[in-house]
Amino acid sequence: MIAIIDYDAGNLTSVARAVSHLGFSCTVTNDLKAIQRSERIIFPGVGAAGSAMASLRRLDLDRCLKDAFEEGKPVLGICVGTQVILEHSEENNTTCLGFIPGTVRAFPGDLRSCNGERLKIPHMGWNRVRIVRAHPLLTDIRETDEFYFVHGYFPNPRDPDWVVGLTDYGLTFASVMGRRNLFATQFHPEKSGRPGLSILRRFCRWDGNHKA
Amino acid sequence: MLSKRIIPCLDVRDGKTTKGIRFKENVDIGDPVEMARLYYEAGADEIVFYDITASHEKRGIMIEVVRRVAKTIFIPFSVGGGLRSVEDMRAVLLAGAEKVSVNSAAVRDPSIISKGAKAFGNQCIVLGMDVKHVGVKAGIPSGYEIVINGGRSYMGIDALQWAKEAEALGAGEICLNAIDADGTREGYELNLTAMISENVGIPVIASGGAGKPEHLYDVLTKGKADAALIASMVHYGTYTLPQIKEYLGDRGIKVRKTW
Repeated sequence: MIAIIDYDAGNLTSVARAVSHLGFSCTVTNDLKAIQRSERIIFPGVGAAGSAMASLRRLDLDRCLKDAFEEGKPVLGICVGTQVILEHSEENNTTCLGFIPGTVRAFPGDLRSCNGERLKIPHMGWNRVRIVRAHPLLTDIRETDEFYFVHGYFPNPRDPDWVVGLTDYGLTFASVMGRRNLFATQFHPEKSGRPGLSILRRFCRWDGNHKA
Repeated sequence: MLSKRIIPCLDVRDGKTTKGIRFKENVDIGDPVEMARLYYEAGADEIVFYDITASHEKRGIMIEVVRRVAKTIFIPFSVGGGLRSVEDMRAVLLAGAEKVSVNSAAVRDPSIISKGAKAFGNQCIVLGMDVKHVGVKAGIPSGYEIVINGGRSYMGIDALQWAKEAEALGAGEICLNAIDADGTREGYELNLTAMISENVGIPVIASGGAGKPEHLYDVLTKGKADAALIASMVHYGTYTLPQIKEYLGDRGIKVRKTW
């Protein structure tokens, strides 16, 4: 069973729908025992880092997630779920879970493309991911594949060993991070068509070993 | 870099699409879920549904359509038409839509934008604007005026001012429908689109007038649009999404090429 963490962050049903579509059973839950019993954890999220962390603490999910991560259970972070896995977010000046060393930063207001065009914020729409480190969940991904992003803040991990994929939007940021049993994407695999579903499918069978 | 989005638009009445498609023979042309699936498989970057059901009592039918679409396609889609309250928005979003669009309801009561943005996040709220060229006059400094009721009612609101106000209220995106160009298949309203897009910080989807791929090229370059809405040019099988994307890609527009 896959536990999709419910911490009032929205967008949970779309992840659950995608997982069910792929033929895996999942439950959307904030029940600590159900999460402990689960084989895998998906940690989604839309909304702000501040309210997400407040909900996680109130529901005692912060410790529950830490235990799961430390015992080696496969964990998939998505969007804000990914951001709060780092140590700190500039959004609402929030102290986060800290599984990945580094911070989450706001896109600067005067963001420009390489040919000088003003870029809109949030970064919303389809963009590529340059894979810099092979990962078993990315086996089917082609160079031209794109993923659906919606975010105004970006992950900035301190340790390059965590970086799996990079995306360009006025600057270059880590759009995929992963190590050991943790895999985290800034984009929404559940909204990214075939390549996104491929990542979800592989996660649903993944043993948590990051060596490709 | 972000890709420019190509977005088919489906008008749905009483649970059926009102325009058919011909690019596949074996399709029940009336079923919006089946059409959404075909466009999803053909590389649509997003899909827009407009519920043009007249009676409020039949609105539950659309929720059921949204629910079925959400189980079938795994790209973002938005739903608009007849949404009058945060509760209407919530029902559509819970059924699986990524975004909701408000048009005349927001003209009548702009606070629906801020209420929706607060409840669901700015990225969920699309402002639909129906706009007509009226020339520069008192109260309409941009020369473009907001209309509702399918273009029959002039609201005395300047289009550019309204776009800026909607952004300030928390709209995450603007779907800009040029009534003068709508249905002509002679091209988008480039001046209007560029004017709005250059003066707001949120993405603008151009709508109205698409008849051939070069129209999309024009609106995505000269028109400064972030995305282009298309309807009849794909519904009637004149062009396919891969054809349109290839045309744009060959001319240096960044579009999503594999899916």
